[in-house]
Amino acid sequence: MIEVEHLTKRYGAHTAVEDVSFRCEPGTVTGFLGPNGAGKSTTMRMICGMTAPTSGGARVAGRPYRDLPNPGREIGVLLDASAQHAGRTGREALAVAALTMGVDRRQVAAKLDLVGLNQTAARRRVGAYSLGMRQRLGLALALLGDPRVLILDEPANGLDPEGIFWMRGLLRDFADRGGTVLLSSHLLREVEAVADRLVVIGGGRVVAQAARDELLAGAGTLVRARDQQALRLTLDRAGLAGTAGTDGGFLVRAEPEAVGQAAAEAGLVLTELRPAGSGGLEQLFLTLTAGVSTREAVR
Amino acid sequence: MTTLTAPAVETRRPGTGPSAARLTGVELRKLADTRAGRWLLITIGLVAAGIVTVQVFVLKDAEQTFTAFFTPSLFPVGLLLPVLGILSVTGEWSQRTALTTFALVPRRHRVVAAKLAAVVLAALASVLVSLAVAAVGTLAARATGGAGTWTFDWHLLPYAAVFQVANVLMGVGFGLLLLNTPLAIVTYLLLPTVWSILSAMIEALHGPARWLDTSITMQPLLGADVTAGQWGRLAVSLLVWLVLPLVAGLVRTLRREVS
Repeated sequence: MIEVEHLTKRYGAHTAVEDVSFRCEPGTVTGFLGPNGAGKSTTMRMICGMTAPTSGGARVAGRPYRDLPNPGREIGVLLDASAQHAGRTGREALAVAALTMGVDRRQVAAKLDLVGLNQTAARRRVGAYSLGMRQRLGLALALLGDPRVLILDEPANGLDPEGIFWMRGLLRDFADRGGTVLLSSHLLREVEAVADRLVVIGGGRVVAQAARDELLAGAGTLVRARDQQALRLTLDRAGLAGTAGTDGGFLVRAEPEAVGQAAAEAGLVLTELRPAGSGGLEQLFLTLTAGVSTREAVR
Repeated sequence: MTTLTAPAVETRRPGTGPSAARLTGVELRKLADTRAGRWLLITIGLVAAGIVTVQVFVLKDAEQTFTAFFTPSLFPVGLLLPVLGILSVTGEWSQRTALTTFALVPRRHRVVAAKLAAVVLAALASVLVSLAVAAVGTLAARATGGAGTWTFDWHLLPYAAVFQVANVLMGVGFGLLLLNTPLAIVTYLLLPTVWSILSAMIEALHGPARWLDTSITMQPLLGADVTAGQWGRLAVSLLVWLVLPLVAGLVRTLRREVS
């Protein structure tokens, strides 16, 4: 269980995170979505006690992170896969963490095996790891204490498609066993396949949060006609706001039935008419966070 | 690849945090488990052994005593071990391992305390190494026709311990305060030189240097006796160069944002 309440972080005049609130329930995967610089990492660092919030607070497993006596046994954290000592071997990095948490040494080999780092890789210095291997090591580190909560910042970065598929399965399995997962990404497609809930953040504020299916359902209708120009006029006349897609179709914020009705009355030949689903969610994601990524926070 | 072994839903008591002894053990291990740390330790050992070897050759036969081997071996350790202390602190930030360290132990002062305990233990262990190296030197002196006498002023042992512990803590203090590897190392190593240059150039600094230049105030620790006045001057210099950086550095480390 993760509870985030009115988290705000200001750096001088710049507000990185403003009044962010959400909850992650046991048994669910929450996708924390937003463009680069939207405040995802800052929020996650505040949840984990790395950054002191200007106001607001967060609780993990019922307590502020800093009050947890042995957090590694309750919460697995991966905030940055690159944040490993380059001169330490992968196995040693895990061994040190196991020693700190009081976890059985045998878990080190077990977790390395779980994330698919073999003996040879485990004996190499982290400095020689690829980003994908570092992500796997970071995931092994997060899972080492057999926690009930996982907090992962951009865990899919650097993973190959097979690795991303594997990670989805692992996180789904973790949540299905009653675990709580919060994972961030700047790519919608990466999280929509595994997340039950989505929290979308842009410019430091939560711009949307709901169950994934709910967000998908409200994503509108995709429509395409033989006569593009006529379709545009028809939609305008019917008061159905539509945005043109890149491939000649229109995304309309309305039910397919209403769009079909309007087209039929105008006698148009439609070549496609369907709920927009994830394509619409992507469009929504882009509109909700429009302009934010282009003036990405620099501090 | 296997599936997750432990059920995530398992109910368990919150558990207790790691003990101070456990954290100290972890920090001791971290001193030696990186490539940089390992090589620094090996270098310290080699330089200490090298100095003793040189002594066997250059000292007159009659002067080749246990004490004559022990004292010079303290210098390279006193110079390089603090660098290990600096790395132990600044490495967390430059290598960004602080993200993992503080995720596992969010009460940062516990980590700092463990680091201090670890470097103090390392400093004390280094005195034992100096003793061992000096013993080997004495045996070598005997074998090569030197005096090889075992005369040793036992006062030297606690003095050597104070010398090494003060040096290494000073290093950690600089590390905590500056939180930047090259900056901390350069500042730590340059400080005595800067003092001697300044006090050579500026007449008015002669007096303060006797109280504030640690290379002067620590000098008596390598001799047979330390007077009350010398202890006083040592205490003053350590207050300025050890206690103040440590306290200010602790505050900075506790407050700093980890990213």
